[in-house]
Amino acid sequence: MPDTPDRPATIDLAGLDEHAGALLDPLVDEAVLAGEPGRDLVRLRPSPEPVPPIEGERRSDVDRWGRSEHVRDVARQIYDPLYRYWHRVEWEGFEHVPTEGGALLVSNHAGAIPSDAPAIMHGVETQLGRPVYGLAENLFRAIPGLGTMWSRLGGVAAHPDNAYRLLHDEQQLALVFPEGTKGTGKHYSQRYQLHRFGRGGFVEIAMRSGVPVIPIAVVGSEEAMPILWKSNRLAKLLNIPYFPVTANMLVMGPLGIVATFPAKLRIRVLPPVHFNLPPNQERYSRARVMDESEHIRRLIQDALYDMLRTRRSVWFG
Amino acid sequence: MRVLVTGLSTFWGGRLAQALEARSDVEVIVGLDTRDPRLPLERTEFVRADSSYSILARIVRAAQIDTVLHTHLIVDSTQASGRAAHEINVIGTMNLLAAAGSAGSPVRKVVVKSSALVYGSNYRDPYMFREDMSRTRAPHTNVERTLVEVEAFLRDFAEDNPHVGVTLLRFANVLGDELDTPIATALRMPVVPEILGFDPRVQFVHEDDVVGALMYATGHDIPGIYNVAGNGTMPWSEVCAIVGKRRFALPPLLTNYAIEPLRMMRLLRLPPETLMWLRHGREIDNDRYKKAGFNYKYTTSGTVEAFARGLRLAKTVGDKNPTYRYQREVEDFFRHSPAVIRSLD
Repeated sequence: MPDTPDRPATIDLAGLDEHAGALLDPLVDEAVLAGEPGRDLVRLRPSPEPVPPIEGERRSDVDRWGRSEHVRDVARQIYDPLYRYWHRVEWEGFEHVPTEGGALLVSNHAGAIPSDAPAIMHGVETQLGRPVYGLAENLFRAIPGLGTMWSRLGGVAAHPDNAYRLLHDEQQLALVFPEGTKGTGKHYSQRYQLHRFGRGGFVEIAMRSGVPVIPIAVVGSEEAMPILWKSNRLAKLLNIPYFPVTANMLVMGPLGIVATFPAKLRIRVLPPVHFNLPPNQERYSRARVMDESEHIRRLIQDALYDMLRTRRSVWFG
Repeated sequence: MRVLVTGLSTFWGGRLAQALEARSDVEVIVGLDTRDPRLPLERTEFVRADSSYSILARIVRAAQIDTVLHTHLIVDSTQASGRAAHEINVIGTMNLLAAAGSAGSPVRKVVVKSSALVYGSNYRDPYMFREDMSRTRAPHTNVERTLVEVEAFLRDFAEDNPHVGVTLLRFANVLGDELDTPIATALRMPVVPEILGFDPRVQFVHEDDVVGALMYATGHDIPGIYNVAGNGTMPWSEVCAIVGKRRFALPPLLTNYAIEPLRMMRLLRLPPETLMWLRHGREIDNDRYKKAGFNYKYTTSGTVEAFARGLRLAKTVGDKNPTYRYQREVEDFFRHSPAVIRSLD
């Protein structure tokens, strides 16, 4: 037996419940006290932590949001040439994207199939190496195939509770487009005119989660897939937000349903907006929420105008 | 403690009575059902009775029941017709609560085994349901409707009887070696159904945790509503992979009608509520019950793994549990004959 009087062998009785532990403890202390120096003692100690539940081996890396880093990685590899050579994405103010802690990225949204969302997610993930969850209309979940794919690629239904868990509990980056389908469904003639930012729900979520909002302005997504005509009747019939005829369809035929034009994408990240309010409140002042929402909308709108003033070409930036 | 267990002949009633028998602080266990118990029991008194009010009220008073364990809720519509489910869930619970709340009733605690089905499964749902959230669409299956109604009764009962501690447990989908649910049946088939284009996040709770959770609520004073589910979720495809089964796709449109022929041929046993679950999945937040002090034995992945192991064993050795047949005279002999030495301390 090794002669180590200072370090008695310890046996953890993991299965002991609290009751038994309480009975054991005084006895143990006595035994320890009565022990002669130089002799090995067995210290019985109830485990302070409850036994962790039995886990099984996972076969996939799909997380609680339905996102798979593996699928995301493959998608990044496929998308990378598009990002680099088709849209030639350029960032300004990237240092405003936080490298740690939760933050809500808020951007303008445009194009029948918006090219802003994948570009922002791709850029942040490749440069910072941290995931971005894209909050979007829950309608996606109802579509066979597409819903599952969207979810594996980091899409999360934009439910307030989902956003709160992502931002507050997990301190992740979440990307949201407060204009929603009103932004992507707008006619080309209204390009770069921001629509209403919903009811300011995104501000309230950021306040409740205690995270800053990072406003982002994207130029180029309007021209990547411009909507020339919309059919309200067909949209109603198919129960979708809008049924567009895009310039892409006219130029490229069936391929144009999914393919974007090679518009130059410029992304400007604006300084974070902090609210300096206590998180986890039941309710936040409606006026304050609407003020902040309007303020952020203004910031993005001004940035867009500013960027358009210096843009010489849709295709070369 | 003097306990009344409803649905003694159901899987849960039987398992719970067995667990109660092992506890020395439980003096009396009265089990109620219309069918014979399917598990051997040592000292539980079996009363063959339906859940009519007058009988229940008499039993509660005669046996001085202080704790009611209501496990007899149909949560699987393949087990009972719509009418029967209504009779058992809604009318049964109504009578039981009326009996428990009648004047001079000795009942001080009611524990009810409900199901996460009350949250439903819809694409509008949040990814995790907390106890204070309600479903996003009105229930459209019979079983879900009855369960929502049962919970409403329970809320009224808790309000009218502040001296009674009411614990409502909502369980996620249960998996275990011995339990027969539509999902377990599906996973035991040679090929497992899925809905084309959907791979939902699903969550399970192990059958031992179900018994453990009900026993914990019986032994502790924790009134309120609690979700009970294993940690985490996994995609349905992964569950099938762990169990080692191939999948076959059901059409995503009009699924409920499309599989009707398969149901009629008894090749599939998937009720409408399970079809919705196979489409959108469901996760419930189990944090509150953990904070109430309950320790789970299995996570979702642990539950699936244990189920997969059980399947492999069953494949080799067949059914490992000898079937038990209840015989009234034999059981009475064991319980009441002076010749039997009952060592209960």
